[in-house]
Amino acid sequence: MSTETLPSGPQLRAFLHGLPGVDQVGVDERAARLATRSIKTTAKAQAIDLAITMVDLTTLEGADTPGKVRALCAKGARPDPGDASVPRVAAICVYPDMVETAVAALRGTGIGVASVATAFPSGRAPMEAKLADTRAAVAAGASEIDMVIDRGAFLAGDYRKVHEEIVATKEACGDAHLKVIFETGELVTYDNVRRASWLAMEAGADFIKTSTGKVAPAATLPVTLVMLEAVRDYRAATGRQVGVKPAGGIRTTKDAIKYLVLVNETAGPDWLDPQWFRLGASSLLNDLLMQRRKLTTGVYSGPDYFTLD
Amino acid sequence: MDFEYAPAPESRSVVDIRPSYGLFIDGAFTDGHGEPFKTIEPASEDTLAEIATADGADVDRAVAAARAAFENVWGPMPGRERAKYLFRIARIVQERARELAVLESIDNGKPIRESRDVDVPLAAAHFFYYAGWADKLGHAGFGADPRPLGVAGQVIPWNFPLLMLAWKIAPALACGNTVVLKPAETTPLTALLFADICRQAELPPGVVNIVTGAGETGRLLVAHPGVDKVAFTGSTDVGRQIARSVAGTDKRLTLELGGKAANIVFDDAPLDQAVEGIVNGIFFNQGHVCCAGSRLLVQESVADELLERLKARMATLRVGDPLDKNTDVGAINSAEQLAKIRELSQAGEDEGAERWAPDCALPQRGFWFAPTVFTGVAQSHRIAREEIFGPVLSVLTFRTPAEAVEKANNTPYGLSAGVWTEKGSRILWTAERLRAGVVWANTFNKFDPASPFGGYKESGHGREGGRHGLEAYLNV
Repeated sequence: MSTETLPSGPQLRAFLHGLPGVDQVGVDERAARLATRSIKTTAKAQAIDLAITMVDLTTLEGADTPGKVRALCAKGARPDPGDASVPRVAAICVYPDMVETAVAALRGTGIGVASVATAFPSGRAPMEAKLADTRAAVAAGASEIDMVIDRGAFLAGDYRKVHEEIVATKEACGDAHLKVIFETGELVTYDNVRRASWLAMEAGADFIKTSTGKVAPAATLPVTLVMLEAVRDYRAATGRQVGVKPAGGIRTTKDAIKYLVLVNETAGPDWLDPQWFRLGASSLLNDLLMQRRKLTTGVYSGPDYFTLD
Repeated sequence: MDFEYAPAPESRSVVDIRPSYGLFIDGAFTDGHGEPFKTIEPASEDTLAEIATADGADVDRAVAAARAAFENVWGPMPGRERAKYLFRIARIVQERARELAVLESIDNGKPIRESRDVDVPLAAAHFFYYAGWADKLGHAGFGADPRPLGVAGQVIPWNFPLLMLAWKIAPALACGNTVVLKPAETTPLTALLFADICRQAELPPGVVNIVTGAGETGRLLVAHPGVDKVAFTGSTDVGRQIARSVAGTDKRLTLELGGKAANIVFDDAPLDQAVEGIVNGIFFNQGHVCCAGSRLLVQESVADELLERLKARMATLRVGDPLDKNTDVGAINSAEQLAKIRELSQAGEDEGAERWAPDCALPQRGFWFAPTVFTGVAQSHRIAREEIFGPVLSVLTFRTPAEAVEKANNTPYGLSAGVWTEKGSRILWTAERLRAGVVWANTFNKFDPASPFGGYKESGHGREGGRHGLEAYLNV
């Protein structure tokens, strides 16, 4: 959809409210059942390595410093210094002012630099500020932009405003990939999650992402299930594939594997690729490394055998 | 990237299957005097054990033991004392849950995920629920001091062996009756393990008696003059025979028979969840479910979209080893049942319906049938009329709500139905008009001990579960 022919508010409303409803009980049940899949031995080894390559290793703290970011970049490029067979992560996710540091630290590694933007995490800033935020991050070398939607506008039913912001941010991204964060913990209902998913995809999102990590609940299995259904249906309808990124609250290998099972049995194997599925996380990586070592050596190592960052 | 799940088999070492089993009468295992039979594992066709057959004299002994226990121990026992035994049984079922689940999956062929997450927890829940009623019968609405009936003769099917046993035994015992139960010929093992649980719970001898055998043993039991109450779950044909044999006696009778449930999907339904409900409705337990949603009635305006989603979903069903924790659809229970499913599916093709099944490799040995859907089914086709009792779905379409209700009710059965719509008023409108014992809204195949279950028309009479379930075992 080109920017010259942006849909009107009523058009968007008619479309989004015409999507099939989502039954909360049914979604919760389906997600819980998929979570009982038993992934062992070779399947577990495959899942762990796949999950590592999908991690967007993240630090989004007010206390972030260039030193902290450089350390995180080193960790992402070589997650386990003692084992060269461990794959690298997908991207390092930082605030816009840390992009330059991260880009410099990651040069030559093939790891992307993702920057949150548009007045992350609340999205409460004038449009011009949000776009300036985005342009600055892109200019500093970010290859991926994680924007937040205006949840206030969305909840007030002003879909047009949300749509316009995504379209404008996408333009400001240039070649950088755009991930659109819904903050599903604030949208609350699965109907809203499905509508937000379609709205963002229509507006040009390359990825749809659950949460900022600053609001609880962050990513959940049922929310991700609804988003995976949306990208599956969107590709069937338009031919364009959009990625999904749950973020926040994914801490253990067990959690990560549950997400991979969800992807496998909902959107399908086409999405089991870092290009189409990411896990926004920080502490997850070390648990993946611990489980990986347990699987290869047969014994558990304590947390002190894995680097902090 | 392809993500193959490695085999994740539940260990068989938790169960100890003996080479042969006797009858459980008066608190002890004794020999049967009929010709013994073998129970086999449907997933491999291997013989599991040799099982005794109760002849007329054995059934006499079992009924006599039940009578003596009723008159001397269980009938006079205060409800609060009976409750203690039932609570104890419920706890032991929980404690031995893994053993029961593995044994059930081996003997029946159902996936371990279902025996572990559905059958066994629900069986325990039934005992807990009715244990709670045992000392409160005076408050159940059947008078101040309702009396038990006496000896209950109970015959149960092979689709949910332990769960159906719980549905039968828990309310009977709670009300003060004693029982003689005959498990199905192809699935006797969990009932025999339950006999051991009764001993472990120190249930007085004779309160629960278990006689094994084929149809003849069942006939002897329900026709026995010492039986005061007959409860049967199974096919409508056998139910008719039982009704005939009980007619003219003063035996009480409850029957829970077949079904051909309609799962009605309106155009405003939550489609993805409806697909899950359809899958759960017909492929749960390989479709060996009397209340299975075997007829899908979908509104024409969403039929194509829904079927496309349904087929994509069916392609992800994992068919195979019942003991693998990732299996969704297990083995068909017996060669006989497999032949029946094949025969009716062939009839579906012959009558002009379009057959579709996902590409799935079925094991070489054992009894298997791929999840199958028939589209373009007419109300007059056999696959829309007769109970297939297998993983076979017949799809019909409708245009208006009234037509949906009319088609849903146009069946000799009336056990269950499903309604899928986002509109609350439409759920109520539809449910009010459906002649089915259970109507599920935006879900399917949900069971709870507090909820009564039973049928209209050829699906039987009487209710099991809930307060209503007490009535079948009280002299009211």
